[in-house]
Amino acid sequence: MAKKVLVLAESRDGALRNVSFEAIAAAKEISGGGEVFAVLCGDSVQSLAAELIHYGADRVLTAEHEKLANYTPDGYFQTLKQIIDDESPEAIVFGHTSLGKDLSPRLAARLESGLISDVTGLEQAGENTVFTRPVYSGKAFEKKLISDGLVFVTIRPNNIAPLEKDESRSGDVTSVSVDIKDLRTIVKEVVRKASTGVDLAEAKIIVAGGRGVKSEDGFKPLQELADVLGAAVGASRGACDADYCDYSLQIGQTGKVVTPDLYIACGISGAIQHLAGMSNSKVIVAINKDPEASIFSVADYGIVGDLFEVVPLLTEEFKKVLV
Amino acid sequence: MNIYVILKRTFDTEEKISVSNNKISEDSAEFIINPYDEYAIEEAITLKDAHGGTVTVVTVGDEDSEKELRTALAMGADQAVLISNEDLDSQDQFTTSSVLAAYFKDKEYDIILGGNVAIDNGTGQVGPRLAELLDIPHVTTITKIEVNGTTVNIERDVEGDLEKIETSLPLLVTAQQGLNEPRYPSLPGIMKAKKKPLETLELDDLDIDEDDVEAKTKTVEVYLPPKKEAGKILSGETPDQVKELVSLLRNEAKVI
Repeated sequence: MAKKVLVLAESRDGALRNVSFEAIAAAKEISGGGEVFAVLCGDSVQSLAAELIHYGADRVLTAEHEKLANYTPDGYFQTLKQIIDDESPEAIVFGHTSLGKDLSPRLAARLESGLISDVTGLEQAGENTVFTRPVYSGKAFEKKLISDGLVFVTIRPNNIAPLEKDESRSGDVTSVSVDIKDLRTIVKEVVRKASTGVDLAEAKIIVAGGRGVKSEDGFKPLQELADVLGAAVGASRGACDADYCDYSLQIGQTGKVVTPDLYIACGISGAIQHLAGMSNSKVIVAINKDPEASIFSVADYGIVGDLFEVVPLLTEEFKKVLV
Repeated sequence: MNIYVILKRTFDTEEKISVSNNKISEDSAEFIINPYDEYAIEEAITLKDAHGGTVTVVTVGDEDSEKELRTALAMGADQAVLISNEDLDSQDQFTTSSVLAAYFKDKEYDIILGGNVAIDNGTGQVGPRLAELLDIPHVTTITKIEVNGTTVNIERDVEGDLEKIETSLPLLVTAQQGLNEPRYPSLPGIMKAKKKPLETLELDDLDIDEDDVEAKTKTVEVYLPPKKEAGKILSGETPDQVKELVSLLRNEAKVI
């Protein structure tokens, strides 16, 4: 049965996020030939709408309002609720991003619907779409469905392939006027801390350091490698607990769960709680002095050696081949 | 202040997971308070120390959850409530938040704290869902909170960046790592916890008809990820290993 599917698109620093294109691809599959429309909120987003159509959306609704300049649960909730009431979608797809995680449960509660969070794959099974998602931070997986009522899911960045971009695609872009009442939470300031601007959850390549990095300064060679590769820098709990880096970099069962194309683990022993956060990465490289370190059990390629010798050499080698 | 913490009993992070009969096996597993909920408990106690009041910890779970509630009492919470889920055939985040909303309906609360995600199912839904059902604002993944009268200033982690938020009570917040360092229960704390009130409620006590809170989602399969084949440990002089690695990543794995 064909479904009408709403996708919430997200932008950052004036550009659409990849996860929004991935969400459109997921929505296409859920729609079973029905209509996929994207919703784009912000204070000035009109110019981004066409790209959503190039990636497969049939049409785009833009909601522009000064109160949507920064994400707040109330501002976005009121906007989405109004659009959902007008459009009556049968399925909704958000990215499992900071925004998606914050907003989707609140909307699902109001809509009295189920919500399947952090989806990494989907398949059709008769009338239903069955969604795969990790549990226990990827130590296991489950397949879930919503058999009746609204199908509402958030998809994990970097797992569902976007459709090929086709700039010849066209579709309607409609501006929606939204009525936003009081906001109960106000964003006073956003302090940029993420150093490279590459978000861990969406990064294609991650260079991560553990206790073997030994100090805050020890992260410098990792950062240099990350810069050459356009990668994000992550860390194990050990490195965070030892104050070598900020907790926002932590990867593991407590911390972020990541699935990049390439994960380079430097001086990380591979405690089970760290492995839970990264072992579903597509390709894993381990660099560690201890040949018995359990990180090697999940690594595709391993180098037994001192990271302070290996990592700078790796940076130089990549510089040579990537020019 | 009337301070509430919603918490969940979860598998210990060190546990290996096995599956039997399409379910995660709980045999001989060690359980703990969900680590993110521990930050919530710690912050609740800190708020109470600064502003006075009562800290109540609430969970929806089976009778074994009493152990985790006692731990929270030993850390310094004043009282605990165990809402039994044993009459529920199916439970998802819709269920849990609906049950909690029924509990909070006639309570006076200034702030409700929880973890931003549970490390087992990992959905992070229950906090924001509950806030909506109670019609109060929520702020997720907080790393700092200051309450002045009814004004609340919060710092939250947004994908590595820091957002400063102003809001007001009553409020629901969810804790991110970095909010605080949870204390260990002290021996006198553990002794005192045994005498602190722990109330057990059935769904009937909350006037909940189990059909009304039946799960909206259905799990059709649970499985373990395929085991990875052993990788390739490189050998030779370090510069040669590095060259080989770069070549393998480009030509064999094709990720660069």
